Amino acid sequence: MTDTALHPQGHAFEAHHADHHDAHADHHPGFFARWFMSTNHKDIGTLYLIFAIVAGIIGGAISGLMRAELMHPGIQYLPGWVAMLHGGADQTFDQALHLWNVLVTAHGLIMVFFMVMPAMIGGFGNWFVPIMIGAPDMAFPRMNNISFWLLVPAFALLLASPFFGGAGTGWTVYAPLSTYGEPGPSVDMAILSLHLAGASSILGAINFITTIFNMRAPGMTLHKMPLFVWSVLVTAFLLLLALPVLAAAITMLLTDRNFGTTFYDPAGGGDPVLYQHLFWFFGHPEVYIMILPGFGIVSHIVATFSRKPVFGYLGMAYAMVAIGVVGFVVWAHHMFTTGMSVNVKMYFTAATMVIAVPTGIKIFSWIATMWGGSLRFPTPMVWAIGFIFMFTVGGVTGVVLANGGVDDYMQDTYYVVAHFHYVLSLGAVFSLFAGFTYWFPKMSGRMMSELLGQLHFWTFFIGVNILFFPMHFLGLQGMPRRYPDYPDAFAHWNNVATIGYMVMAAGMAIFFVNVVYSLLAGRKAPDNPWGEGATTLEWTLSSPPPFHQFETLPKID
Amino acid sequence: MLKTGIKTWVLAAGLALAGVAGTGSAALAAQPAQASRPGVPAALQPANAADPAAPAANAAVEATNLSDAAQRPVAPDQAPELRADGAPALAATPRLGQPTDGLMGIQPQVTKNGLRAHWFHDRILFPLITIISLFVLGLLVYVVIRFRAAANPTPSKTSHNTFIEVVWTLVPVLILVAIAVPSIGLLSAQFKPAPSGAVTLKAIGNQWYWSYQYPDHGGIEITANMLKEKGEVPAGERFRTDADGPRLMATDNRIVLPVGVPIRLITTANDVIHSWAVPAFWIKLDAIPGRLNETSFTIDKPGVYFGQCSELCGARHAYMPIAVEAVTPAQFAAWVRAKGGTMPTPGKASDAAIPQPGSDNAAGAAAEAAIVDNLTGPTQNVTAVSPTSPQGATGNPGGLGDTGR
Repeated sequence: MTDTALHPQGHAFEAHHADHHDAHADHHPGFFARWFMSTNHKDIGTLYLIFAIVAGIIGGAISGLMRAELMHPGIQYLPGWVAMLHGGADQTFDQALHLWNVLVTAHGLIMVFFMVMPAMIGGFGNWFVPIMIGAPDMAFPRMNNISFWLLVPAFALLLASPFFGGAGTGWTVYAPLSTYGEPGPSVDMAILSLHLAGASSILGAINFITTIFNMRAPGMTLHKMPLFVWSVLVTAFLLLLALPVLAAAITMLLTDRNFGTTFYDPAGGGDPVLYQHLFWFFGHPEVYIMILPGFGIVSHIVATFSRKPVFGYLGMAYAMVAIGVVGFVVWAHHMFTTGMSVNVKMYFTAATMVIAVPTGIKIFSWIATMWGGSLRFPTPMVWAIGFIFMFTVGGVTGVVLANGGVDDYMQDTYYVVAHFHYVLSLGAVFSLFAGFTYWFPKMSGRMMSELLGQLHFWTFFIGVNILFFPMHFLGLQGMPRRYPDYPDAFAHWNNVATIGYMVMAAGMAIFFVNVVYSLLAGRKAPDNPWGEGATTLEWTLSSPPPFHQFETLPKID
Repeated sequence: MLKTGIKTWVLAAGLALAGVAGTGSAALAAQPAQASRPGVPAALQPANAADPAAPAANAAVEATNLSDAAQRPVAPDQAPELRADGAPALAATPRLGQPTDGLMGIQPQVTKNGLRAHWFHDRILFPLITIISLFVLGLLVYVVIRFRAAANPTPSKTSHNTFIEVVWTLVPVLILVAIAVPSIGLLSAQFKPAPSGAVTLKAIGNQWYWSYQYPDHGGIEITANMLKEKGEVPAGERFRTDADGPRLMATDNRIVLPVGVPIRLITTANDVIHSWAVPAFWIKLDAIPGRLNETSFTIDKPGVYFGQCSELCGARHAYMPIAVEAVTPAQFAAWVRAKGGTMPTPGKASDAAIPQPGSDNAAGAAAEAAIVDNLTGPTQNVTAVSPTSPQGATGNPGGLGDTGR
């Protein structure tokens, strides 16, 4: 009853064509039709992953520019860059400083909307959700394709905006800086970019929810679903409920900017803080959107390489549901300094701390999964273990920041920057690398180099910790975010952070060498390279899987 | 015309700087004694006799108008740093009110709530998160060694243990409750409204400088622009010296506040959102156009305290610092007069405690509206685009610092 493909006629059709089965399964359309008009979840997943890698390179390069400028006090490079960007040497110092804000904004938007989300949900979600539930494809294959292709113009708009002045509003696009404070088409382009990316995500979310609810193989009840599918299901609901609020908020920004409305303008009865409430009503679930699929990925990897089932499966699944639900009622902890009343601040302090409980359940369940296991440490496993520890470090600073009274000091300092980079750059990104190295053999049919993989992990791990840990100290000493230049008293730790960036960048170089080497010359991957611990359905298929899998549905017992 | 006037005026301040910086330390050293013996010239006090800077202070005494001094409850030798020219009275103290290179902790706090929050962070939160992180790290290291395939070839099949799951749900809950109690207490302390007799300071964010009003003190208005470095200003214009404070933190005009007296801070903005933040006070309050945000604090220690705008406000976001000079109430009163202001009469209506913003109490809210109107005029004033201070911004293009080259 879960799937139209289960209809008797479907089976009859399969039986009739049984002799052509194999040929049909691997029949690929031509290049253009395959990659530009795709309806195949695995091809679309691959497109998403390539897109995310390209966006990650651009977003990472931008952070390199920022770390270079911040390495020493004073303004060193921005005037040169702005001259390069806009041509000629007649650029003012203010334009150079504005470029800084443009870089900060672009880095944030690219990493959130065009790197982490496409990789997690579009990439791994598309590739493995249908396979893990034993479905032949996503519920709406053409909608899946438009989801991806909406991202391309969205990214193009964002990348083009710096050539029209640049949106220097921060990824939060707070009014009135984004309305009154930023003339020119750049902010409109960024807003439209978010509209398109948001529409893409909403369509994707509808697709995932439908697929997961309706296309599970016979016998795969909700409580037998792999945790990665659970994580994508929760994420899809967050996307579906949060993104329309963002769309509304930025549409009002657009009309405030261009059509004389005053939603966020006090002179017309509007309220700048209203924008912040709407933005963070989306923005806080958004951070869970970025991390939840990572939780799912790490659960599989830890279980696989412990040769043990996940400890406390139901607790793990419902902890994610709890995180998703509570994630919707904590948004104003991003706004503790906006002058909220004491009761509101107390509520958001308490509610925010509650999230630490389900998160703690997950951390301890991962450790309990390893407890008593027979552990091996190939690349995906070291990424997963690194994830567990680094996410814990990022999580506990979140508990500090949750205290409204303490946040009066930390708000908008580098402590916050350190916190969210620990949960994202060392959390979400670690889980992305974990998933990439775990599933690369399945997706490409090639094994990755274990040596380069370990080298990548350790270089990256050391690099990001040197990069982000000193930011805690900068924040505690009071350094505000989004500053291109800082008092000399912040010089030491900024210098250390930039050195960390260089180490991290070297680690990334190893990663790209590894990917290219493995694709060209990697050992051929068996169906299941990870052994008996890998129990989900993707390991029952060939590597890479046939173009269409599960034409006869698997039965789950 | 106006701009030239300001330039001349700033130039004068700059030239006066060297001498004033010299007297500053002497005056500061003399303060405690003077507070108890008003009217006695500093030179007569034993504490000052050995101070090599004392002659400079004496020179200042002679220059002070005696009739003016008679009205003051404070020694006239304090006058130089209290002149309206914005020259710094106190040199910034290293490690106080400003960041220190290479340090890893929170800046020293000089307000009660700041000390309380600092204690809460350093004694409760920080040890707790360190222990939790090390506990998780220890568990990971243990399982990685103990249960590696070589040491444990046969994995167990345990996948449930209700007891341990209940434990790791309840223990974090208890820990969070233990954090929440002092956290909520801190919040309610921070929201205690300023009592009657508080000094009201209204900070107005502008792109990209702060302007200030003292509505209870005859409407003194101050505009604070960041001081540029020596090489960045035309010859003759005032530039930053070490007495002013660190690069990117020193302002041409410091705001002066009394120590030991509750301060009622009201913030708003003329253009985009800014945030008025001084780490040493544990204060950060957004300045939002169309809104009046309010908080209060009491500075316990004289000194110079620096802060920086803490909400992205455009190109020169990093170039609109905050510099607060905290002095004794007597010095504050003298400064107010020197600025052409008046000290408020005790018991005036505007001295009543202002209810909390967003208070549920309707009567309180009405009173708040009335009082705020009384203090600052109708709220639509704050949405006006023109700066409220008669002194224009100097269009400070910021610090093209060369320290890195």
